[in-house]
Amino acid sequence: MPLIVSAFAAGLLFGLGLIVSQMINPAKVLGFLDIFGNWDPSLALVMGGAVVVSALGYLVAKRHGVPVLAPRLEIPTRRDLDPRLIGGAALFGIGWGLVGLCPGPALVGLTLGPWQVFVFVAAMIVGMAVFRLVPADWPQVTFRREATRVDG
Amino acid sequence: MENFTPVRALIGGLLIGASAALFLVLNGRIAGISGILGGLLHPTRSEIGWRMAFLAGLFVAPLVYVAFGGALPPVALDASLPLLIAAGLIVGFGTRLGGGCTSGHGVCGIGRGSPRSLAATAVFMATAITTVFITRHVIGM
Repeated sequence: MPLIVSAFAAGLLFGLGLIVSQMINPAKVLGFLDIFGNWDPSLALVMGGAVVVSALGYLVAKRHGVPVLAPRLEIPTRRDLDPRLIGGAALFGIGWGLVGLCPGPALVGLTLGPWQVFVFVAAMIVGMAVFRLVPADWPQVTFRREATRVDG
Repeated sequence: MENFTPVRALIGGLLIGASAALFLVLNGRIAGISGILGGLLHPTRSEIGWRMAFLAGLFVAPLVYVAFGGALPPVALDASLPLLIAAGLIVGFGTRLGGGCTSGHGVCGIGRGSPRSLAATAVFMATAITTVFITRHVIGM
């Protein structure tokens, strides 16, 4: 039960942050991404402020060793770059740039937002479901050497 | 730069960071929205509760904000229906393939100095900026 309450509180805080910073407004996000137009640097400050506090949280969590309410920290430990990471990030950026919505603001926008947000979120969930069909080793990048075949 | 709202941006960012910090210190988990939502598509029994609770917090946030006298910012979207669907599909698929979005990679990942998250954030920022450049300044959508 405490796990559920703290997760709710974290979600609420996250949503309030997106509202206060106006990041639930796709026009605002596109204004940041449009660096060659009438640039709005707001999103950089949102991320900067968020990263600093999240880093402090990481230090505290690391020093503590175990979380207050759970048996262990569930933190990704991989450090290598792979085609899935880069390809996925590249795709995400394209979708984000097309409309100005990323998952957090889209979910917050479901409450009291226009109907377009529902369409986006429905499609996003379908996209996530489609990903489940993808084999775990896709995409494989293989560097084929030109075979010098001598068996004729 | 007349649209720049530095004070609201910074306060909002601090709140988002506080959420990520709280979630890590208390629940031991990364506050990555795409991961929290995506995990519900193939949930393990013990995880359904906190995942739903986090999402409920997101959904309730606008109501709480209004209840305390805040004026919600507009959600201005002028994308067409096909574009909304395409963008949603790409964002859903891409964030799962890449293992995170603006929150998981951008806020949490960079906050702990993860090279994967730094790379992912650089890549999605670059493709997003390029996409906006093409749609706004090349084809003039």
